[in-house]
Amino acid sequence: MKNPISNLQKVFESRIRLGIMSALMVNDTLDFNALKDLLELTDGNLASHLKALEQQEIIVVSKQFIGRKPCTTYRATNLGKDLFRQHLAALEELIGNQ
Amino acid sequence: MEINSTNPKEDLQAIREIMERSSKFLSLSGLSGIFAGVCALIGAAVAWFVVLGSGNVHYDEYYCSVGATPFNQVSIILGIDAIIVLIAAFLGAYYFSSKKAKKSGQKLWTSSTRRLLGHLFIPLVSGGIFVLILAFRNNIDLIASAMLIFYGLSLVNAGKFTLGEIHYLGLTEIVLGVLAGIFILYGLLFWVIGFGVMHIVYGIVMYYRYER
Repeated sequence: MKNPISNLQKVFESRIRLGIMSALMVNDTLDFNALKDLLELTDGNLASHLKALEQQEIIVVSKQFIGRKPCTTYRATNLGKDLFRQHLAALEELIGNQ
Repeated sequence: MEINSTNPKEDLQAIREIMERSSKFLSLSGLSGIFAGVCALIGAAVAWFVVLGSGNVHYDEYYCSVGATPFNQVSIILGIDAIIVLIAAFLGAYYFSSKKAKKSGQKLWTSSTRRLLGHLFIPLVSGGIFVLILAFRNNIDLIASAMLIFYGLSLVNAGKFTLGEIHYLGLTEIVLGVLAGIFILYGLLFWVIGFGVMHIVYGIVMYYRYER
């Protein structure tokens, strides 16, 4: 039998990244402040995790201006969604095996 | 929030909780439903006992006899009555929901709230305009039915973005609206059941499920 742990994605090991991805699975896009309120994080902490996810091409970032205010929104890529689903399946399998 | 996840069960719980919280408006309070229902009952009682003279002036017969003058005194008073009920119900929904949000440490005005209101108001405002058209064209007998059906459609549309009960409340209102259209003489009765009794029933169910 294949070991389910091999499907656990290292990038989602942090609870915060898991949280960001969970929110982006059910929302097409979310802006920085929405994620901040949702996960109750500081700016710096959230930004560093978003950066890491962006570098792995799990999320994409787009910056626009609403009036004069910059607004940064985040979206999960197809790759990110696939990896997240694999990670979920692996978690579920782990629980089933316990 | 924990930095590293170790327990897959807790991970899955956290995922589910965030998915639900980020996509749904969960601060809707059952108390606002109960309050809206009570407002509707009072409004209907005012309409029945004060304006329509305890049924001496029959809802439909009266309007059939009104004929050519669309905006007579009674329609204006009924319209004002309805608007007061609507405003009171919305203020109640706002008050009880902000209380619930505060209690659970969440913000009231989030992207889920905006999405919920957007989906609620498109059918609701169309329905409101349609009801005004009915009133102007003297099709007063269909107003209760139209209000219930459009309100039901609004709730079904918005139900995806809030507590699941709202979807079923919407379906109930649509059925009542259709019945009000068929049994047209009892329009006010179906209106009272839909906007009064059903709000109270669903409000109590939601209160007991989520707020105790």
